[in-house]
Amino acid sequence: MTHAPAGSLLAATGLHKAYGPTKALDGADFSVHPGEVVAVMGPSGSGKSTLLHCLAGIVPPDSGSVTYAGRELTAMSDAERSALRRTEFGFVFQFGQLVPELTCVENVALPLRLAGVRRKEAEHTALAWMEKLQVEDLAGQRPGEVSGGQGQRVAVARSLVTGPRVLFADEPTGALDSLNGELVMQLLTEAARSTNAAVVLVTHETRVAAWSDREIVVRDGRSRDMERAI
Amino acid sequence: MSTGTTPATAPAARTGPGGDSGAGTGALRVWFRDLAMGARFAFTGGRQGWTRTLLTGVGVGLGVALLLISTALPSALAARTDRGDARSWLGSPTAEHPGQDTLLIARAAQSYRGKDIEGVLVEAEGPDAPVPPGLTQVPGPGELAVSPALKRLLDSPDGALLRERLDGRITQTVGDAGLTGPAELLFYSGRSGLRPAVEGFSRVERITAFAYERQTEKLGPVLVLLVVLTFVALLLPVAVFIAAAVRFGGERRDRRLAALRLVGADSRMVRRIAAGEALAGSLAGLVLGAGFFVLARSVVGGFDIQQRSVFPADLDPAPWLAALVAVAVPAAAVGVTLFALRGVVIEPLGVVRTAKPARRRLWWRLLVPLAGLGLLVPLTGRGDDGGEFNRWQVTAGVALLLVGITALLPWLLERLVGRMGGGPVSWQLAVRRLQVNTAGAARLVNGIAVAVAGAIALQMLFSGVEDDYTKDTGQDPGRAAVSILIGDDAQDDLDQLARQVAGYEGITGAVPLRSVQAAHTAPAEDGLIDVTIGSCAALREVALLDSCKDGDAFLATGSDDRARTYGGTAAPGDKLFAGNVRGYEKAVAPVPFTVPAELPRVASRPDPVGALRAGLLLTPSVAPADTGGYGSRQIFVMAEDTDGDGLERARTAAYKASPLSTAMTLAQTKRDAGYSTVRIGLFFGATAVLVLIGTSLLVSQVEQLRERRALLSSLVAFGTPRSTLSLSVLWQTALPVGVGMALAAVFGVGLGVVLMRMAAAPVRIDWGPVAALTGVGAGVVALVTALSLPPLLRMARPDGLRTE
Amino acid sequence: MSIGHTLLGLLEAGPRHGYDLKRAFDEKFGHDRPLAYGQVYSTMSRLLKNGLVEVDGIEPGGGPERKRYAITDAGVTDVETWLSQPEKPEPYLQSTLYTKVVLALLTGRSAQDLLDGQRAEHLRLMRILTTRKRKGDLADQLVCDHALFHLEADLRWLELAAARLDQLAKEVRR
Repeated sequence: MTHAPAGSLLAATGLHKAYGPTKALDGADFSVHPGEVVAVMGPSGSGKSTLLHCLAGIVPPDSGSVTYAGRELTAMSDAERSALRRTEFGFVFQFGQLVPELTCVENVALPLRLAGVRRKEAEHTALAWMEKLQVEDLAGQRPGEVSGGQGQRVAVARSLVTGPRVLFADEPTGALDSLNGELVMQLLTEAARSTNAAVVLVTHETRVAAWSDREIVVRDGRSRDMERAI
Repeated sequence: MSTGTTPATAPAARTGPGGDSGAGTGALRVWFRDLAMGARFAFTGGRQGWTRTLLTGVGVGLGVALLLISTALPSALAARTDRGDARSWLGSPTAEHPGQDTLLIARAAQSYRGKDIEGVLVEAEGPDAPVPPGLTQVPGPGELAVSPALKRLLDSPDGALLRERLDGRITQTVGDAGLTGPAELLFYSGRSGLRPAVEGFSRVERITAFAYERQTEKLGPVLVLLVVLTFVALLLPVAVFIAAAVRFGGERRDRRLAALRLVGADSRMVRRIAAGEALAGSLAGLVLGAGFFVLARSVVGGFDIQQRSVFPADLDPAPWLAALVAVAVPAAAVGVTLFALRGVVIEPLGVVRTAKPARRRLWWRLLVPLAGLGLLVPLTGRGDDGGEFNRWQVTAGVALLLVGITALLPWLLERLVGRMGGGPVSWQLAVRRLQVNTAGAARLVNGIAVAVAGAIALQMLFSGVEDDYTKDTGQDPGRAAVSILIGDDAQDDLDQLARQVAGYEGITGAVPLRSVQAAHTAPAEDGLIDVTIGSCAALREVALLDSCKDGDAFLATGSDDRARTYGGTAAPGDKLFAGNVRGYEKAVAPVPFTVPAELPRVASRPDPVGALRAGLLLTPSVAPADTGGYGSRQIFVMAEDTDGDGLERARTAAYKASPLSTAMTLAQTKRDAGYSTVRIGLFFGATAVLVLIGTSLLVSQVEQLRERRALLSSLVAFGTPRSTLSLSVLWQTALPVGVGMALAAVFGVGLGVVLMRMAAAPVRIDWGPVAALTGVGAGVVALVTALSLPPLLRMARPDGLRTE
Repeated sequence: MSIGHTLLGLLEAGPRHGYDLKRAFDEKFGHDRPLAYGQVYSTMSRLLKNGLVEVDGIEPGGGPERKRYAITDAGVTDVETWLSQPEKPEPYLQSTLYTKVVLALLTGRSAQDLLDGQRAEHLRLMRILTTRKRKGDLADQLVCDHALFHLEADLRWLELAAARLDQLAKEVRR
């Protein structure tokens, strides 16, 4: 459990992270293979989100290592990690992620634009993804004008638009009802599987976790891989 | 502040919204109850609650302090003028002969290291001689009375050279009653042997009282225009700013109001509660403002701008103006809050801004400035002498024109931004945000735009009338640094004095010149002839001489004007009289002399002070003897360094020779002092206003960033470079400011043109100041953006994701 | 629910009389369905026969109800195995799961591990159901959803139980 399993795309060992006196992570391990959906479960405050932030290079851990495709994330500069997030990773959060002033298609195209793709081309690709997530009709609307489920699917489209190799989803259905949650999960996992992307899915709902291939449990900042524990 | 009302209002609040359908007193009570509850929220809403109140308080307080200072300024200036008048002897009763109550008095203003020092020579001729204000007695011969500021200067090492000039015994300090300001440099020097005026020839006067009857002077029409415009241009942005300050933290407040709706407050109630909160903030602002004002007042005594200072005690706002501020500011706070909430529906579950406000219409927005223009245009040309402006018409016209900017800006911004699209991500983010919230962006810029437009118009008006105030003196500082005119009671020999001055360190030359008037007969009957006497080197300063040696004489052609004025001509060999040729004083006889037979005509050249001399130019050996104090004696002093010690020593030597000597520092142009004061005042006022508005910009910018914390964090999470976010913040301010500045430039120049027409000044647009002022406005924005970057970068951290 | 394992678990805390066992069982797990004494007797006989318990002593006064039982090492192992073996996920498991949690706490074992293990077992089934749902027709989807929701309910209840463990532990040990 202390070494990254062979063939893993993203792996972490011995992660420690404290926010002031609070230990968010206290020796957590993790690994995910390409095309694999791993659910990160645990009670609230257990360090799930912090684990995701460390894995995605959003937050540098206090100690421990995170390797992505053989590269050590903790040794990268902020700019390098930003570039990595822009090009290799995708993100879906619970809420607060769509820019309210931009239209939906502009929101979806945003990561491509940040990567330097021309506006027309970016929005063309964005529309294709919106079609896959069945929200192409909302292209011209602003996030405030669409429902929560639709907005979340727009967010999923945005997370996939750059063809990321790892998709990070933090409670992606947290603010949705069952039906919309199902839909988002189905579309998200299908899209990820079709591109052979790995998915790190943070959730406290088992029904959402049931879309995963494997789960790990985070408790008091420590991780527990259920497949290998039993 | 509301702790006293808390127990009473809390149960009353619980009776619910049904209470406000009562009679008049009931309704009043309901209002009071809700306002008090809002006020309580303002102070007890936890750390965030009171920091926001404090922010509003400081903002409003700064505005209030500025208002109070502006309202106090006229009385302060009036007090200055009054005391200046009280010690003036212009128009004082005079006496022909010495008496018990007569005082001989003469002005002997000095300059020292670029500072002007007011000086008065006094000599009491009897025990009842009038005592100048601020003094207990008339200084006796050799005694000095100095102002506190001058005393400090004389006592400091910096004033050592001045002490040599003013070497009398200091026996008194001039009291505040005799000073225009705390930093004024003033001395009274006790003298003996002053020669009073005879037939208006000397500067010495014999007076019996210090009493200056001040005619209630009507301000000139152009001055009225300037004063009105200055006040409107400075106060309008302050008003705009106060309106913005009471909206600090508005979004968060709206959310709290929604929570109140959830527990049963009706929509009218929450509006009143919001008003109460704003009221509390503005009251805190009034208190802080009064504090800032007192603070400013106490430090104002230490300020000395261009040698003009104000006594703290003079800075007293008129009571009714202060009362007006005290009433208007809270009332405006309530009004602005209610007005701002008019487009907002506060529902129990959140705040709904009335979806898509109607497309902004142009016509009424154009109507505002056009109405202003309509009021001003009929006044065109009235600025000529004798014309008069209706003050209210001017005020209303200017105010409407400037307010027109705030009406047009949102419309223009909406139109402009509505068509924008492409460009980099940062640009797109900014443009889209502006499209959604045009009004908010415009509100931020309104103040700056109005201030800049007003300042541009003022600037234009100033440069338009500048010709009246700035004179080309014709002086040539390159040829001489100082021109000393020796007092007519000086006993010293001119050449001796010139040699003494030339010996000082840093002095490169001292050219003495005498000039007297001559005539064919005494008393003069057929016109006077100017005679200039000096060495060849000295004469070369006034005429173009091919060759010259002692004993030569020349006839300078000069300008026709002068020749005509005096009418006299001299031919070679003529016998003339010089000196007292008009027969003023019988005791001094005219001095006869003969014009040499050789008298070549030479062309005049302007002397260093710019005078083109005509008449006889004589070298010393053919000149008339001493003319007994008639005529003038002048020394042109050349120096390496215009503010060196040598020049100060030269001035001292001149003062020693006669305290009535004047040492004039030569300058290319001369600007009227009053004019430059107004200009400096305008500059400081505009700067203060811009800083104030910049502060409010910064506060709302940071506020807005905090609102979007989660969004910023998620943008950073998926790899948005921080530079993109920073740039988008920059665009977001720069765009509205760009539009605002363009509008301000157009309106400012337009208003300036109208005003110049009104002042009957030649219309001339100087783009330099326009660019400078819009540049200052843009600079404020750049500064605000720079200052909001650290909070942006702090907030755009993943911690923002954790709070969810 | 296995009464045999439950009684064994109760004995792990210390030897008890048959009557005490019935009382402890009724108090902690019986709620609305008290255990018949005959059932205790037959169960204990079976456990004795299997060597999982032994008679620790007989109170004077005679009668089978006066026997004092103690758990054997084999009995402890049996409880251990039973507790660590996740239950096959199926609806209405709560009484068994509850008994397991209480016994785990009573015998000083980790209830967290038990919960994690049970969740993993549930998830295994839920994944199968989810996959079937994704590939199936509408009827399949509805059937699977029904099962999924019930399984989720069990787990949520378990999560809640886990969150309240401290409180529960105090009450159980009293």
